[in-house]
Amino acid sequence: MIGLGHYLAVGAVLFVMGVFGIFINRKNIIVILMAIELILLSVNINLVAFSAYLGDMVGQVFAMFVLTVAAGEAAIGLAILVIYFRGRGTIAVDDINQMRG
Amino acid sequence: MIQAFIFYLFASLVIASGLMTILARNPVHSVLWLILAFFNAAGLMLLLGAEFIALLLIIVYVGAVAVLFLFVVMMLDVDFAAMRAGFARYLPFGTLLALVLLAEIVFAVLAWRVGGIETAARAAPVNVAVPNIEALGTVLYTRYLFIFEAAGLVLLVAMIGAIVLTHRTRSGLRPQKVSDQIRRRPEDATRNVNPGVGQGVEL
Repeated sequence: MIGLGHYLAVGAVLFVMGVFGIFINRKNIIVILMAIELILLSVNINLVAFSAYLGDMVGQVFAMFVLTVAAGEAAIGLAILVIYFRGRGTIAVDDINQMRG
Repeated sequence: MIQAFIFYLFASLVIASGLMTILARNPVHSVLWLILAFFNAAGLMLLLGAEFIALLLIIVYVGAVAVLFLFVVMMLDVDFAAMRAGFARYLPFGTLLALVLLAEIVFAVLAWRVGGIETAARAAPVNVAVPNIEALGTVLYTRYLFIFEAAGLVLLVAMIGAIVLTHRTRSGLRPQKVSDQIRRRPEDATRNVNPGVGQGVEL
């Protein structure tokens, strides 16, 4: 059987890759959303790996909840993106300062 | 042996496709790489014995989320070449940050090995005789019922939010007004009369 550490390593590398993706694609919000999906996927891998190695089903239950939140987040994020594009004709993240944040 | 081979196959593919997701020039290619990453992660979860989560990952992520991404990427007419302008500028800082984060995670995992963290008693021990989906359902519909309902609420809010955000009422259209048509009475309608000559019409 493969050790728990191997799965955790895959999860860690995927998580770091998601953070890296957010940093290097700072102009492209679609790829930023995809990087967030990668981060949530790595969290899911960790949860399921711990669930399998500790012999506890709760990890898989929480992986399902993470999946739910990821789906909702993608839907809302893309909806905001679509209305922003409809209003401005661009999705450049740098120019989003309407709310003076 | 075959298990180790399959693990390294899936693990290397999920990492490679994750890397291609964030490095691909064309966002459409990014989405396709993301789909490959999801498939390989599902394979890893199958290897762990979590069949339901693995297949759910394919159905939800590949079937819904990735298709949504594809729709949006192809619908928006954006100059994607201009968006990569700062790519080289952000690369050194991003790499530094990623390496620091990875080192921190590795140290945390090593500390866990050395120190040993006491975990609480298992909330739902895995029974090998029970299939995965049955065990998951048993936990989900009893102990985590309210959280499950809350998850449904999250999806409902997401659905309503997405519809409210993207729905627009276009002006200049003259749609059918069903309620007006139903509310109409014969008394208000046009009458056909045939008056005699010189008698006039009562309005």
